[in-house]
Order: sequence, then C-alpha cells, then structure tokens
Amino acid sequence: MSDKTATLPGTREHAGFVKTNLREYGMLLSLFAIMLFFELVTDGTLLRPLNLTNLVLQNSYIVIMALGMLLVIVTGHIDLSVGSVAGFIGAIAAVLMVRYGVHFIPATIACLALGALIGAAQGYWVAYFKIPSFIVTLAGMLVFKGLALAVLQGQSVGPFSPTFQKLSSGFIPELFPGAGTLYPTSLLIGAALALGLVYISVKTRARRASHGVEVEPTSFFALKNAILVGVVIYFTYLIASHRGLPNVLVIMVALIALYGFVTTRTTIGRQIYAVGGNEKAAKLSGIKTERLTFLTFVNMGVLAALAGLVFAARLNTATPKAGLGFELDVIAACFIGGASAYGGVGRVAGAVIGALIMGVMNNGMSILGIGIDYQQVIKGLVLLGAVCLDVYNQRR
Amino acid sequence: MSTLLEMRGISKAFAGVKALEDINFTVRQGEIHAVVGENGAGKSTLVKVLSGVYPHGSYDGSIVYDGRERHFRDINDSEALGIIIIHQELALIPLLSIAENIFIANPPSRFGMIDRDAVYKRSQQLLAKVGLNEAPDTLVTNIGVGKQQLVEIAKALSKEVRLLILDEPTASLNESDSAALLDLLVEFRSQGMSAILISHKLNEVARVADRITVLRDGRTVDTMDCQASTIEEDRIIRKMVDRDLEHRFPKREPTIGEPVFKVENWSVYHPLHAGRQVIKNVDFQVRRGEIVGIAGLMGAGRTEFAMSLFGRSWGRRITGRALLHGREVDLSTVSRAIDAGLAYVTEDRKQLGLLLADDVRKNITLANLGSVSSGHVIDDIKEMRVASDYRNRMRIRCSDVYQASGNLSGGNQQKVVLSKWLFTDPEILILDEPTRGIDIGAKYEIYCIINELADAGKAVIMISSEMPELLGICDRICVMNEGAFVGEFDRSEATQEKIMRVIVRKGERLVDRDLQRSSAEELSGGALR
Ligand SMILES: Nc1ncnc2c1ncn2[C@@H]1O[C@H](COP(=O)(O)OP(=O)(O)OP(=O)(O)O)[C@@H](O)[C@H]1O
Ligand SMILES: [Mg+2]
Repeated sequence: MSDKTATLPGTREHAGFVKTNLREYGMLLSLFAIMLFFELVTDGTLLRPLNLTNLVLQNSYIVIMALGMLLVIVTGHIDLSVGSVAGFIGAIAAVLMVRYGVHFIPATIACLALGALIGAAQGYWVAYFKIPSFIVTLAGMLVFKGLALAVLQGQSVGPFSPTFQKLSSGFIPELFPGAGTLYPTSLLIGAALALGLVYISVKTRARRASHGVEVEPTSFFALKNAILVGVVIYFTYLIASHRGLPNVLVIMVALIALYGFVTTRTTIGRQIYAVGGNEKAAKLSGIKTERLTFLTFVNMGVLAALAGLVFAARLNTATPKAGLGFELDVIAACFIGGASAYGGVGRVAGAVIGALIMGVMNNGMSILGIGIDYQQVIKGLVLLGAVCLDVYNQRR
Repeated sequence: MSTLLEMRGISKAFAGVKALEDINFTVRQGEIHAVVGENGAGKSTLVKVLSGVYPHGSYDGSIVYDGRERHFRDINDSEALGIIIIHQELALIPLLSIAENIFIANPPSRFGMIDRDAVYKRSQQLLAKVGLNEAPDTLVTNIGVGKQQLVEIAKALSKEVRLLILDEPTASLNESDSAALLDLLVEFRSQGMSAILISHKLNEVARVADRITVLRDGRTVDTMDCQASTIEEDRIIRKMVDRDLEHRFPKREPTIGEPVFKVENWSVYHPLHAGRQVIKNVDFQVRRGEIVGIAGLMGAGRTEFAMSLFGRSWGRRITGRALLHGREVDLSTVSRAIDAGLAYVTEDRKQLGLLLADDVRKNITLANLGSVSSGHVIDDIKEMRVASDYRNRMRIRCSDVYQASGNLSGGNQQKVVLSKWLFTDPEILILDEPTRGIDIGAKYEIYCIINELADAGKAVIMISSEMPELLGICDRICVMNEGAFVGEFDRSEATQEKIMRVIVRKGERLVDRDLQRSSAEELSGGALR
C-alpha cells in the first residue's frame, strides 16, 4: 500500500487554500458586508462612535449567553430557558440590592451562584435522566418566567446603585485625563490587543512550520493579520472617541478569549465536541459524557445569570418583561455562526459573529426606522438563509 | 453472452484524493462479476458511481448500460433500469417491520393508500424467495444481522432487478449465513440476473464469481476469467497487494507468562428484560503474552461479555470479580477500565467507535488525550505527530490526518479505531471482530500488530467469527455459547471441526429469536446507558 494520494505538507496551492478557508471566513465577510450595507444606507450613522458604543452595550448580554449556548448546542442539546433565567436573576438582583440594600459584590456573587444552581437543576435531568433538553428547558422557561413575576410582584424594581450600573454603562477609567476628546488608555489597550493577537499567530505559525505542519501561504497570512490589526485599531479608535472602552466590552472580550481557548485547545473542549459528535463512541473512549453535559448546563446558567445582571444594570431596573425572547436571539446567533443542530460542530468565533450579525441588523434596521414587525421577518429569513448556505457548503 | 454494462474510463476524485482513475469495467448478462482490492482501493466508489449515488457530471468517463449511454442523476434513475445496490452499511430502519422496510420506497397502494394486505403477501413471497423464515411483520431490530442482509436482498428483489450490486454483503455474516447468501446469488444467476459482488473474502469470491476484477489504488489491475482457468486465491492476492503474501498468518513463538487478568463468576443481566441472564457466571482468564480467542455464533454473548467488562458498558446487575495481577480492580466506568489498562476495540465502528465528522487525528487521540497535552492544554504538534505516526504504522489511507474519518473507506476506518486503542497502550486488549471488512494485506498487518503486543507481554483477547483467523493466531480458543463458556482448546488441539461441534452441540436453541435479538437490538440501540 502506498501513500501516493497523500498531500505533502505545504504543497497545497494558494487558490486551494483560500477555497478551503472560505467557509471559515465567509461568516466574517458576511458580517462586514452587512455592516457596510447599513453604514451606507444609514449615511454613516452605524459606525458613529456613539452608536457603535451603544451597539456593543445592547448586544453584550446576547454575546455572553451565546458563548454558553454554543457549548450546549455542541453537546447536542438546546437551552430554551436562558431568557427567563436572565430575567429571573435580574429580578433577584434588584430585590436583593434595591429592596434589601445588599452590597453589590455579595449580591452579584449570589446571583451567579444561583445561576449555576439553576443550570445544575436543569442539566441534572438532561444529563443523568436523559430527558430531552428541549422539554426540560421549556419547563425551565415557564418556571423562571413565572418566578421572576412572583419575585417582582408584577412591578419594576429599581434604580440600582451607581456602582452596580457601572457594570453595564460604565467605561474603563482613563489614566491620562485631559487628552482632549480621545481616550488614550482605551486606544493603547486596543493597540496592545492587536499586537498581542499578531504575536500569538506569528508564534503559532512559526512553531507549526518548524514541525513541518502545513501552514497558510505567507501572503495570505500577512494579509489576514494586517486586516485584523486594522480592524481592531479602527474600532477601538471609534470607541475611544466616544467615552472609551465600556466595562462590559472588556468582560465580553475576556470571556470570548477564554471560551475560544477552552473550546479549541483544551482536553475538556475536545471532549465536549466528542460528546456531541458521537455520544456512544465518546463514552466508550472513557469520556464522562453525562458529567460534561451537566457542566455545560451549569456553565450556561452562570452566563445567563451574568447576562441578566448586565441587562438589569443597563436598564437600571428589573422588569418582569426582562429577558423576553432572548433565547431566540441567542440560539439564532449560534446557528447563524455555523453550529450544527445535530451537535459536535460549532465555533466560539462563529457564535460571536452570529450574535454581532443579529445585533448590527437590529441596530441598523432601527436606525432606518423599520418597524419591529418587519425586523423580525427579516431576521428570521437571515437565520434560514445562513443555515441553508452552510448546509449547502458542507454538501459540496 | 452479451454485455449488459460497460463503464469506460471512469475517474473520480474527492478533494485531494483520486479515488478512481481511468477504470474500465464490464458486466455481462447473467454473470457474477467480483470486485476485489485493498481497503480504499475504490470499490465502493466505483459502484456508487454506477448507481448514481455520485451523479453524472461528478465523475469523468461514460457508463453504457443495456446498449445506451446513461446519465444517472440519482439512485432512482439507476433503479428504474434495474440496477439495485445494497450498500456496505446496512440501511434498514430498525423500528419498522420487515415488510415495511421492503416496501419503504414504493409500497403497493390502492386509491392512494398503502395496501397492507398486498405488502404483507408480496413480502411473504419475497422472503420465501430469499429463504428467510420470518413473519413479514417482525421488527427488523429483532432479527440478527445475517437475516437483515437477506431482508436487504428481498428489498432489492421487490424492484425489477437486472444488475444486483452487493458491497461486502458477507462481512458481518458467519460462515453458514454467508454460504446461504452466496447460494442464493448463484441461483439468481441461473435465472439470468447479473451481479457485482464486492468482498474481501477471497474464498467465496473464487467460489461464485465468473470473472474477478482487481482494483489497486483506484485503477483496474486485472480482470481474470474464472471459467478459462481456475483462479487461486494466491494469484488474486498477488494482484491486489502487488507482492507475495507467503503466509496468511505471521509466525510467532509464544512466550506465555503468569495470568494477568482473571474474571470470576461474572454475571450480567439484560438491560431491558430484567429477568434474562445474558452472561451466566463465567470464569475467564488470560495470561501474559497470550492471545486468547473467543469463538461462538452471533448472539452467543461474546460482545456483551466484553462490553460488560469494559466499564459496564453493557447490561445491568453486573456481578463478579475482575482481578488484575491477582488484585481486584474496579472496572465500573470506562475511564477506570482504561486506567486499569484495558482497551476494547468495538465491532461497530460507525455507531460505537468513531466520531465520523471529526478528523483522523482527533479520533486517534480521543481515548488518551492526557498524553498529548500538558495541564489540560492540547499540544497540537505532538498530537499531529502521534496521529501521523499511527497513520504510517497502520497504513491508514487518507489524504492527511485532518481528513474526516467519515470519508475513509470502511477498512481504513477500522484501522483508525484500532489506532485509538493502541495509543492508550493497553495491557489487556480486547478486540471485537477486529478484521471485519479489512483486506487481506491489512489483516496480515493487524495480525502482526497483535503478535507484537503479545510479544511485548500484553494480553490479547480476540472475539472473531472467522474461524481460520482464530485458529491462525490464537494460543487458546474459548467457545462461548448462550452466555457461558462451553469449550476450550489449546492451539495444538484446536481444529475447525472440533470448535464447530461444540458450538452446534450446545447451540441448537440458537434459532430462538430471543438470542438473535440480543445481538442486533441492544448493541446498536440500548447498549450504552
Ligand atoms: N466522500 C469522500 N470524501 C473524500 N474521500 C473519499 C470519500 N469517499 C471515499 N473517499 C476516498 O476514496 C478512496 C476509495 O474509497 P472506497 O470507499 O471506494 O474504498 P473501498 O475500496 O470500498 O475500501 P473498503 O474495502 O475499505 O471498503 C479512499 O481513499 C477514501 O478515503
Ligand atoms: Mg468499501
């Protein structure tokens, strides 16, 4: 038997390489295209510093929950309760802090712990009793929606203390005040982030190349990094010319980096994908499939709680309606981002981009004055279109 | 004899891999044309091109069938002309009845409604034709693999068949079932049907084929006419692998040490039928450097025994003691069993062995991620090294280790599963039908690997339905029947006749449907809970 058909490392042509990677970057290109479109039709409103900052603030909780949802979907499950859970946690936070005057730090910790508990309660049935997650979390959705109403006694509770509001509407402190309209600290952080990313990718590439692993062509690599740096710096510049980096953006970026790392580089990440890919085979390979499924739900609960806090802090009140329909945006974000409903497939970057696509569309259509009715129609069609395109690409 | 089918200059490439290159292939009216070749040689791809699974335009070359060039867009086009394919992997729906499966695509209907009586009656006729003695309303999940294969053929016969294509139909059948199936094929030939038979079992190919085409690396190497001269297996092998295989089984001087792994009074109950004891208080042991074979018919409880040992992956109320080096070990979960040094290579690679959507690399390291990572972070370079190493050692044919394992040919998938377990460096290796669907050359390689492991002082337990293989490489053969060991033979005294006699003597009740059920149903469905 020979290896005649094998490709030697590094011999694939540029065109071929770009083609195989098109799917990976396709999502990103769509995001840029959509942004460009709205930038043009809104006469440049979309990328105004104020609007861009708002866009980040408006979508932060969706992005945060999408990180958890991605893992749930990858294991082959779904969580319909996240919106209700976020609302419920917001309500609990309000009651604790506003009614009982609990300091925001212990209150936040308590809320995150409660989120974990809720996730555990649902994950327990899914993982160990094999009850379909659709049903368990549908029940959870009703339960926590109801509990939020009960806790708030049907009223809105607020306002929160200014320190807690900072979680969502605050900006990182400026180290060099008085530098005019720009916020240099934010700019510096942006630049450092861009350089850090480039450094990591150069190092990884060099290491892979030195071990004879196939790497992308130099031109392609350089172009990719140049675009990356450009985009990161441009966006921080825009944001820095409003009020600097929002706190919640920092939290978001840190979480994205963490989940990106965990899913792609760690053993636990690999095992989560294995559970979704073929649960029986994973189990026979010594993977504790039940425990992993359970943990993804616990994780989802914590992130839903965090999102609930962010949302409550942003509105500055907890209302019984908070979190309504969030689950749909979150799930849509994951699927637009290329996750497979059958499990085993999906990337953190994809989910984040999916969430941003949804966010940009919401924002752009609102600026254009398109009614909430047609916004939903369009979002629905985009979801269907994105998934169809993905399936079509896979078939090829 | 006139030519029914002519495939001219067929080439087909998948991203990066040339699966077929300039194949010329003909089938005459009323002949059985066998196609043989190593794993990944392109056999399945060839018949998929022919049957329209890969539509016209996705390959180069032309197909002339029944005197005219044909452009099949899908499988319906080819079926309309009587080309019926039975795929390598069975495609029956387990929870439907035999009759419903047979007529799944176009049931006889009256006024737009399925005519149940007609379905039943015609199924009965078809089942009689293939010699399957089962009621048409039996659920498919309740019959064994051998019978399922016959249902597939009945399903094929429900359509107008002129050219029947069988892709490794006997891979998971025991000898008597295989023989019955081949007899059927010969009978159909006498009625004028043509057939393409893909198989790795060269003895059966030599028995029934009129012509044999050998594929190697996607090319036709030779087409041999069996009527002109009798074809010896060795000649086919030489063409297949391009070298001589002097022995079917590698030589080995066993050095057998003390017992390493002992099972005492092991008892397992059925996961669904609470009162049924599937493994009946058996004792078993294997020594250092020893290769022990477990023979038996399908449904004898061999897989159930192995899986219940391996982290209680099958069955309920499992009792008994397992001792490793004389000390009792905890095998209650798969990860504990792996830590203790056990490895179980499943017989069902698709359902229980592979992450089909994931690449070869991820599959190979899955059971031992710890040793390619430090502090839970995977070292991707090291991982790639390990995977490439196994790829070379096991001669896994793939474009690179990043190819999805679902795209590999059946035999190469098997090698990936085997690699995964070898990488856990087990002390006790349990192999369940390890050479199913594997070509002769690769089989020899796998035997060599098994021998190496034994020589390195490991203990190997091998479950196999291929008697010659057990006789060829095992130091000791235990015969299992109805969940108990009913006989044991040393290498020196074991013969096929003796083993068969033990199986048959104890195995009369095997026609009992209950036992057949235990193999088919629970292994795919209820196995892991
Ligand atoms: N969908 C696919 N994508 C990429 N490569 C494929 C695909 N299907 C088959 N191949 C490749 O084509 C080659 C031929 O595969 P094929 O399944 O025809 O082999 P085979 O002769 O049937 O082998 P086996 O005896 O193992 O069943 C293999 O190298 C395989 O990896
Ligand atoms: Mg094949």
